[in-house]
Amino acid sequence: MHPVIPYLTAAALFGLGVYGVLVRRNAVLLLMSVELMLNAVNLILITSDATVRAELPASGQVFALFVIVLAAAEVGVGLALILALYRLRASVAVDRIPLSERAPVTDGIPVQRRPSGATLPVRDEVDL
Amino acid sequence: MTAADVLLLALGAIAVGAGWRVVITSHLVRAGLWLVVTLGAVAGAYLVLAAELVAWVQVLLYVGAVVVLLLFAVMLTRAPIGASSDLDRPGWTGLLVGGGAALGLGALLLDGYRWQKVDAPAVGSAQLLGGEVFRHWVLPFEVLSVLLLAALIGAIVVSRPAPGDDSGSR
Amino acid sequence: MIEVIIRVLGVVVAFLTLPLLVGQAEHKVMAHMQGRLGPMYAGAFHGWAQLIADGVKFVQKEDVTPADADRPVFRIAPVIALVPYLVALLFIPLGPRDWLVGQPIDIGLFVVLAVVGVGVVAVLMAAWSSANKYSLLGGLRAAAQLLGYELPFVLAAASVAMAAGTLSLPGIVAAWRPWWLLWQLPAMLVFFVAGLAEIRRPPFDMPIADSELVFGYMTEYTGLRFAFFLLAEYVGIVVISALTAVLFLGGWKGPLDGQLGWLWTLVKTFAVSFVVIWVRVSYPRLREDQLQRLCWLVLVPVSLGQLVLTAAVRVLA
Repeated sequence: MHPVIPYLTAAALFGLGVYGVLVRRNAVLLLMSVELMLNAVNLILITSDATVRAELPASGQVFALFVIVLAAAEVGVGLALILALYRLRASVAVDRIPLSERAPVTDGIPVQRRPSGATLPVRDEVDL
Repeated sequence: MTAADVLLLALGAIAVGAGWRVVITSHLVRAGLWLVVTLGAVAGAYLVLAAELVAWVQVLLYVGAVVVLLLFAVMLTRAPIGASSDLDRPGWTGLLVGGGAALGLGALLLDGYRWQKVDAPAVGSAQLLGGEVFRHWVLPFEVLSVLLLAALIGAIVVSRPAPGDDSGSR
Repeated sequence: MIEVIIRVLGVVVAFLTLPLLVGQAEHKVMAHMQGRLGPMYAGAFHGWAQLIADGVKFVQKEDVTPADADRPVFRIAPVIALVPYLVALLFIPLGPRDWLVGQPIDIGLFVVLAVVGVGVVAVLMAAWSSANKYSLLGGLRAAAQLLGYELPFVLAAASVAMAAGTLSLPGIVAAWRPWWLLWQLPAMLVFFVAGLAEIRRPPFDMPIADSELVFGYMTEYTGLRFAFFLLAEYVGIVVISALTAVLFLGGWKGPLDGQLGWLWTLVKTFAVSFVVIWVRVSYPRLREDQLQRLCWLVLVPVSLGQLVLTAAVRVLA
């Protein structure tokens, strides 16, 4: 087994994740790119666990498990923030978020973008 | 080239290809579906690398929960069917930094390992992993559980409508 | 290599026959519970060939993809719905010996739980790509329901794993004793109810809810693709029933289990499937808020309590 193959895969995945985080404007897509980076890190951890004979057995796998748990927590909080943002401004474009607290809310709540095809009813009628 | 090498190569190609689609596609929901492919391929690579338990944890948590949450959020924020034009910023910085990170990391790892051969590891059992977690890594484990609790409470607090604001409670 | 092929073939045969048996049983059992006869004509004797006739009908129907739909996603979703259950069947043991399980592995329980959880992706794909608001609503309901019920489902299974001290499915059956029926009773009930919700069977079929959402995420599907979703539902019943039988009812344990172990597993599986059908006939569909309330206020606390009880008995005994 040549460990360089998964290592290079991980490097490529990490680069893709960085690219996605810098380029994407939609907050959910941003989170997906972060997941790509976390997976790259996990792949490196697992590969080195298989490659390097460490003092403690399987510590790479243990760390990968920890990272997965962290990722789950991160996504939970991140999505709560994104949905709160969407409720407030009807948009999840990260470069439109006013950074100062006093900024006026102009393009605020009542905007109902109607995407083609799958439309939800107006929010107040949504009944999950 | 052994069978493990071929498998790792194929899975790596799938993971990177699907990851590429995740960051360039202009279909919001399809990005999430490509992410499923990436995660699945990475889980397959874990299996080849003898990390059985981690692979299935990845399937259970990532594919079964994280991606579903992401897709859920994409749909709740009204993803249209078809391409959206406003998903990307101009990408030169991203290309530069992302490409730089990939190349730098890749060069470093390539220099470190060359075409070195390693014996395929023995399949790690859940028992061994559990033993390790509770023998040597107990403190991080406990800290993680506190962190999960904090995340849980945080998510609930963030998603509750503010007092006096009834827009979310109807 | 040949051995692997034979094993996989065996699982595929089980995958193709057991759901049909359950489906036919559902036709007849439901009919008799409601004072009807059910299918009587197809195949001459008590309508035994009804499902084959249904299959032929589905194949003949036109395969419609809505104009606004996201074509590739729409067309692949039914296949994705089937795969997780097929994979899950691979790991469920019929008997104590090695050749009675598709693939014996050390962490079988974990694998089965993981792949069953993947099914929700297919539901979301179907719901979103149909370009239909009823489909989308059904999909969102399904996602909320499946994410919620995953928790008590896994916790209840964890309780048995903890009691047996292993994650291997044959290992759990080997460690099983009849008094576990009492000790693990709350976990069994939680697992069964959460399992029903996982496969979206009545009374947990809010994502489909034909009186509210037309047919939920399956509204736009026709012909063979619709049949795939139906098949996934029946394979789901088989998987959940088999898991309940293996984890909580002692799998192949029973009189003469040296020779007839596999028969006991099948009998227990079908007994649980019968209860699944019975529940469908007996209870009305829950409302969405009742569903979430049941999950978070009843099932999760009970399964956590069961975990504490299991740990206490394990430590003290």
